Amino acid sequence: MHEYYDSLYTKKYDLENIPKTFDDDYNIQSNFTGYIIGFVLAIILTIISFLLVITKVINNTTIISLILFFLAIIQITVHMICFLHMNFKSENGWTILALIFTTIVVIIMITGSLWVMYHMNHNMMPK
Amino acid sequence: MPNISNFSMLAINTQDTYFYVKRYYPKNCTLLGFWIYLMSDCLLFSSFFVTYAVLGQNYADGPTGAKIFNLPLIAINTTLLLISSLTYGFAVLQMQKQKIYKTLIWLGITGLLGTSFLCLEIYEFLHFIYIGAIPKQSGFLTSFFALVGTHGLHVVFGVIWLITLMVQINKFGLILENNRRIICLSMFWHFLDIIWICIFTFVYLLGVL
Repeated sequence: MHEYYDSLYTKKYDLENIPKTFDDDYNIQSNFTGYIIGFVLAIILTIISFLLVITKVINNTTIISLILFFLAIIQITVHMICFLHMNFKSENGWTILALIFTTIVVIIMITGSLWVMYHMNHNMMPK
Repeated sequence: MPNISNFSMLAINTQDTYFYVKRYYPKNCTLLGFWIYLMSDCLLFSSFFVTYAVLGQNYADGPTGAKIFNLPLIAINTTLLLISSLTYGFAVLQMQKQKIYKTLIWLGITGLLGTSFLCLEIYEFLHFIYIGAIPKQSGFLTSFFALVGTHGLHVVFGVIWLITLMVQINKFGLILENNRRIICLSMFWHFLDIIWICIFTFVYLLGVL
């Protein structure tokens, strides 16, 4: 019987590759180049957004709004990856799961509220 | 017998044992817990953003965003927060090398940048109040002050936490608990920067358009 259990421990479980506990160290994957890349990208994206509004290169407000929206999304992603070190593996994927869940809730909340309020405004308009 | 001290639970039943080993949970879930707190904070901010999106056009004959927003000031504020994110990153790097004084210096620079951000924001708010753009003027100003004010309040608490942390590092050194606090505050600080990106894009830039 003992041999049987020993074989379980040695063969079935890969004891070498057990993740380290967080008691050991807070070893997040941060490095100098990562921070610099994130910072430079963030500065460039910020400058583009501000210049778009200040210089008014494009006359169409809708197009500028859409560009600003996408620039903000890109910048948030840059911050998430370079500064917050998000990936699919940290904490066994629980952080990305929480993030996806929050994003879904936020999208539902924002689109739902805007939709409802738009219709209410529309229906309350004096004929 | 191999070393089994790594496992928090080890059942006799072979089937259970198999699953306990596969499903590894870290002993200390502080970082995950703090991340979930940040996500709940994200929900708080998104409700304020929604309020602003709904009420942002209701000026009630008061000043509009294009009239009162001062874009150069916002550009300076954005730069300050971005640089403070970078300097906090350097502080984390020095912490990982276990260099106390360099960590403290970078944390101090971050704190100074955060404080100057706050000073500029308070100046902006005082200016708004001075020209009569107070929260009770219109729905736009109510939601604006609620949103930007909440972000400013978060930065205030971030700076207080930063100062407390610097005192603790100075007293106890870079021990495990302090390292954990530094990482948590770094997440908080970078998260506030992300919220600020949304604010300057959707409130200030779109307001000026």
